[in-house]
Amino acid sequence: MKPAVEAKSVSKIYETAGHAPVKALDNVSLAIAENEFFTLLGPSGCGKTTLLRLIAGFEFPNGGHILLQGQDIAHLPPDKRPVNTVFQHYALFPHMTVAQNVAFGLRMLKRPQAEIGDSVRQALALVKMEAYGARRPSQLSGGQQQRVAFARAIAPHPKVLLLDEPLSALDLKLRQAMRLELKRLQRETGITFIFVTHDQEEALTMSDRIAVMSAGHVQQVGEPLAIYESPVNRFVADFIGDSNFLDGAVVKTAKGGALIKVAPNFLIETSAAGAAKGDKVSLALRPEKITLAQPVKGLPRGVVREAVYIGNSTTYMVEIDGGIGVTVRESNSLSGQSHFAVGDRVGVVVEAGAARLLAG
Amino acid sequence: MRSHVGQYPGLRIWAALFFVFLYAPMVVLISYSFNTNKLAMIWGGFSVRWYEKLFTTGGIADAAFNSLVVAVIATTVAVVIAIAAALVLVRQRPFGGAGISTALISMPLIVPEIVTAVATLMFFVIAKAAIGFDFGIGNIVLAHIVFCIPFAFMPIRARLSDMDGTMEQAARDLYATPWQAFRYVTLPILMPGVIAGAMLSFVISLDDFIITQMISGPGTTTLPVYIYSMIRNGITPEVNAASTILIAASTVLVTIYWYVSRPNAK
Ligand SMILES: Nc1ncnc2c1ncn2[C@@H]1O[C@H](COP(=O)(O)OP(=O)(O)O)[C@@H](O)[C@H]1O
Ligand SMILES: [Mg+2]
Repeated sequence: MKPAVEAKSVSKIYETAGHAPVKALDNVSLAIAENEFFTLLGPSGCGKTTLLRLIAGFEFPNGGHILLQGQDIAHLPPDKRPVNTVFQHYALFPHMTVAQNVAFGLRMLKRPQAEIGDSVRQALALVKMEAYGARRPSQLSGGQQQRVAFARAIAPHPKVLLLDEPLSALDLKLRQAMRLELKRLQRETGITFIFVTHDQEEALTMSDRIAVMSAGHVQQVGEPLAIYESPVNRFVADFIGDSNFLDGAVVKTAKGGALIKVAPNFLIETSAAGAAKGDKVSLALRPEKITLAQPVKGLPRGVVREAVYIGNSTTYMVEIDGGIGVTVRESNSLSGQSHFAVGDRVGVVVEAGAARLLAG
Repeated sequence: MRSHVGQYPGLRIWAALFFVFLYAPMVVLISYSFNTNKLAMIWGGFSVRWYEKLFTTGGIADAAFNSLVVAVIATTVAVVIAIAAALVLVRQRPFGGAGISTALISMPLIVPEIVTAVATLMFFVIAKAAIGFDFGIGNIVLAHIVFCIPFAFMPIRARLSDMDGTMEQAARDLYATPWQAFRYVTLPILMPGVIAGAMLSFVISLDDFIITQMISGPGTTTLPVYIYSMIRNGITPEVNAASTILIAASTVLVTIYWYVSRPNAK
């Protein structure tokens, strides 16, 4: 099956009079499948919105192609693309009622009046806003406006729905509720979603697949589990969750595994990923994948320098003998106590395969 | 301690004096337009006889009609041009000449009107001599269109700058052509600015004397020019009546302008 949306070597350069040109996208290639909940994740300014605007037709690429179900759409204006957008600040039409807003796309498509009425009712029912058809957008709360913006975008049954940080203007509780809601709407409508966010938690909880972007490049594409557990480089490991970055040298390779020495008495076993004996490598190690134990012989040992209580767990800064420091996160005991205190001597346990070898 | 400069006692008197100087002459003028007595200084009782007389003597009705025609056409054309200019200057990608263009459009507001009037007169004299260009009242319409544009432009531009540009993108995204996006989204949201600009243009056109006086001739007299010519025979009750009509028309239009351009106008 053809991908719903495909970007082939897309580049976008913004030229502004009096400023240096900005390379917002540099040779980006992506393939997004039908019915997928696909997320573009990256820090502010990495080019997420630009990619969305290229797919919507508000900008045109300086190089490369954008395909919609195999058709090159790069030359089509926005009104000729079966793609709709949920804008960050909703962009509801203030002079129209909720129902008129939702009907707008269908009216422009010159659908029969009866069909428009049905589609508007369905779309409003889907977002549980049937009762608000006669209101003006200014008479709705932020969360309700968000729902109307969504209904307006899906009423014409687009092939692809683009969502640019749609939850960022909502407060935390509402944002969390809307995550589940959006996921449900995607399942029920079967529309391909391309969702933009800079919030890693949002991306991990909602997406089928995530593309992590940085400075106009796609760093990694994969399912949430793969992105979290097997980041390909330091940027991804750092941006998604917390990581310890450890530099070391390969001392032994065997059966697809490698033993890496990061400190005199601190050896970590990981999958080899093409590394050879003597190579200098970098490892990413999640704080929750390290456990602390009694400082028994044979374990790398160190001292707890800081202990930060964060409710159900405690984050420890451990200085390992020989100089390096690691951050460790451990669940607290049933009574809620931290297991260790500042100044305690501890042993550090890292299971084989807990750390990731980073490329580059 | 006074918490606010507005609480100094002398200010009230100044404010009161200001209103007296501004409105007392108008109140007197309006009162005398309803005075039966021919002699302005003596009150002879209420009547509308000067209004009747005004409209039965041909000249003033013609002048009022000319004023109306000129104001309607000049306003309509000026508003269309102002909308187009605002769209280009506010909505297009920033281009080098945007700042200077905005300044040039607003320039007529600060050029002394007498200078504009002389320049306009010269333009028409030269145009007539060179290519026989003379449209009679059309000349006045043309001049009015030109000086109305900045007045129409200001509120329209302000409204458009306040309007979220993603509104139009949302319309395009929902399958509207550029024209439909303008017709169904931009224009309705712009409407308060358009009405305000139109009211302002209309009043400015209706009240203009200096420029119109320069280029008007027999058969192309507008109301202010006509009133001025009446004054040469002394301030008659008819002059008061004609002026009152002009005041009334302006007040209505300015009220509408004020109403639609309130900050919280939808
Ligand atoms: N219209 C524009 N003109 C010039 N530069 C732009 C424009 N839009 C975005 N940029 C620049 O392009 C880069 C990517 O922007 P954007 O796609 O909005 O990033 P994101 O959505 O990931 O925050 C940024 O450096 C931004 O400043
Ligand atoms: Mg963005």
